[in-house]
Amino acid sequence: MRRFRAAVTGAVTLSLALAVSACGGGSATGGGDDGSPKTLTYWASNQGANIEVDKKVLQPELDKFEQQTGIEVKLEVVPWSDLLNRILTATSSGQGPDVLNIGNTWSASLQASGALLPWDEKNFDRIGGRDRFVESALGSTGVQGQDPAAVPLYSMAYALYYNKKLFAEAGIAKPPATWDELIAAGKKLTARGKNGIGVEGANLSNNIHQVFVLGKQHGADFFTSDGKPDFTSDGAVAAVKQYVDLMAQHKIVAPGNAEYAQNQSLSDFSKGRTGMLLWQTASATFKAQGMKDEDWGVAPAPVRSGKPGPGTATNSMVAGINMGVFKNTDNLDGALKFVKFMTSDAEQKILNKAYGSIPPVRSAQSDPAFGAPAVAVLRDTLATSAAALPQVPEESQFETVVGTAVKELFADAAAGRAVTERSVREKLEKAQQQMPKK
Amino acid sequence: MTLTAVSRRDRSGPGTKRRQDRPGAQRTTRRSGRLRRISLPYLLLLPALLLELLVHLVPMLMGIVMSFKELTQFYLSTWSKAPWAGLDNFRVAVDFDAPIGEALLKSFLTTCLFTVCSVGLCWLIGTAAAVFLQERFRGRGLLRTLFLVPYALPVYAAVITWVFMFQRDNGLVNHVLHDQLGIGDSPAFWLVGDNAFWALLTVSVWKGWPFAFLTLMAGLQNIPRDLYEAAALDGAGVWKQIRHITLPSLRPVNQVLVLVLFLWTFNDFNTPFVLFGKAAPESADLISLHIYQSSFQTWNFGTGSAMSVLLLLFLLVVTGVYLLVTSRGKKAKARA
Repeated sequence: MRRFRAAVTGAVTLSLALAVSACGGGSATGGGDDGSPKTLTYWASNQGANIEVDKKVLQPELDKFEQQTGIEVKLEVVPWSDLLNRILTATSSGQGPDVLNIGNTWSASLQASGALLPWDEKNFDRIGGRDRFVESALGSTGVQGQDPAAVPLYSMAYALYYNKKLFAEAGIAKPPATWDELIAAGKKLTARGKNGIGVEGANLSNNIHQVFVLGKQHGADFFTSDGKPDFTSDGAVAAVKQYVDLMAQHKIVAPGNAEYAQNQSLSDFSKGRTGMLLWQTASATFKAQGMKDEDWGVAPAPVRSGKPGPGTATNSMVAGINMGVFKNTDNLDGALKFVKFMTSDAEQKILNKAYGSIPPVRSAQSDPAFGAPAVAVLRDTLATSAAALPQVPEESQFETVVGTAVKELFADAAAGRAVTERSVREKLEKAQQQMPKK
Repeated sequence: MTLTAVSRRDRSGPGTKRRQDRPGAQRTTRRSGRLRRISLPYLLLLPALLLELLVHLVPMLMGIVMSFKELTQFYLSTWSKAPWAGLDNFRVAVDFDAPIGEALLKSFLTTCLFTVCSVGLCWLIGTAAAVFLQERFRGRGLLRTLFLVPYALPVYAAVITWVFMFQRDNGLVNHVLHDQLGIGDSPAFWLVGDNAFWALLTVSVWKGWPFAFLTLMAGLQNIPRDLYEAAALDGAGVWKQIRHITLPSLRPVNQVLVLVLFLWTFNDFNTPFVLFGKAAPESADLISLHIYQSSFQTWNFGTGSAMSVLLLLFLLVVTGVYLLVTSRGKKAKARA
């Protein structure tokens, strides 16, 4: 009998223990509610060539922060493929990090979810005031008229990267400034057996970035001023068609690019297979892939005519990373201190230099390192001719449905099927119907 | 093992003596003994049951609750306060004239076709290999191990290798098919467009058949060799032996195997996700990825859950009908 009781007690204890440990599983990773004022959990996005590079860049800075404040920051670098899902899970479970990086285009979507601390006057004051940040970067931190969901951390912009050697061989004197010039240059390159320009056809976000800028150039936004999807306007259709036509009509994009989604277009460029590439802050990647700095040049991304500027002369989105604080953090004070530290002049200079990005903090931009030619193009683009992606809560859905439409159009073009104004409009109509009804 | 030893010792050991000392307590002890015998299995099952509840049933119930809520991004952090949506989510999912329902139906049909092809091929290849490897020959152990490799590899690592092989410009598949065998005018796309279905099927069968092989191999061990010897004496050839001895004897194994393969293939998420990323081409838009996209990428977890509940109902019905039909067939056969 005693043994029987022991067996039963064992079974019950075991099951209880399992149940308890399973329940507690979530909080082991979520430092947000450990209640200790001396630690913070920080989810960083992957900015370097790989996650190890990020750890090497960030850890010394976090150690510095610990020395100054006594607060230990537990770092986790989350790959892009997981970051949004992890944030969504953390949002619904309430078990998240204290401080986190987000892609700035997600700002409005995450703002709507209510997971992030709103940056009102009072919170901004704690980190030195709103005026410290560049206006264009602040334009991508949430819905206009609402308190930002995050503060800018790194800024990036699109530019045209070109292979100097291939350009010289093909007799192209200067980098193209308009789309017509770009197509002409692309044809010269393809005539010599190289690919004109690389695209990342199956990468939904990149597709969106490109067609958004082209849309601006055609005078079209993908959302109406009151935030309703407007994917089928003439300008939007023309923008998408113009982008896909680089492959379909002008044949300056290799058909294989239609399935690229893992930055293969960058390695094609580094290996000298492709002459041009429209990308954001690519210099660190080129270097990591073994391309010498003197082998490539960088110029502002093309416009339809004239010079880059605001409105229809927009030639880039405001790309970048924002830093947010999880609303239910138990260490708000420490989290704000950490954001202040990361957006301080000194840290901004160190981090943005390491990642090849531009500081969104005015006073840090004056560092001569950000005046080097490769970076100056990005800085000037951000200052004069970059526009923020639509700051609407449905931005994330927009990326998915329109990004997929462009991916499918590239697949059509690659398979030799005609891409017409009608087929583009049909795809965009289908995309718009998939958007949530308001 | 220990338990049997314990109860045996109980019967002849000090317990007996104690019972003799107190004759009045005999009946109670016997009753509690019966209770003990009945309840012990349940108590031992308790940990598994609790875990099952925790890991499977609770999330499933949550999913069902979510399917009746308007759970969009606006309620993510306060999702218990999301308004009830009644049957709206289900209505959206089954409205086959509207784009969301139409896409779901298309994805469902694609998945059905894919599952039938994949399960059929897995079973066929698995059976063939298992029967072939029944005979003793040199290198049999090596072949058996080799055949199990796809099953033993981690899914992600295996499928990502296939992604590289299926790449149009630098992939091995096109190198062999196009460059060496000269099939087609230009290299084909495998990861976008219509061929994606065949790419997905290839990987799925490659990954799934070793399980069929393993299960059937175990099943074959249980068929007595005398049956084959007797049949051979009666003049039955290899085909007749397979048809009249092997296949009928494997029936119970097959019943479970086909069901499990069906459920796994129908619900497979990893393969298409690693192969195609977030947006699968229409030709290979399997339902689990489709539902993922409908919830995680559009942040509409209510509709996504409603689709999952519909899928769950469908799979339950199929499983129920399948078990009913196959067991009835078995009983009828046993009676005859």
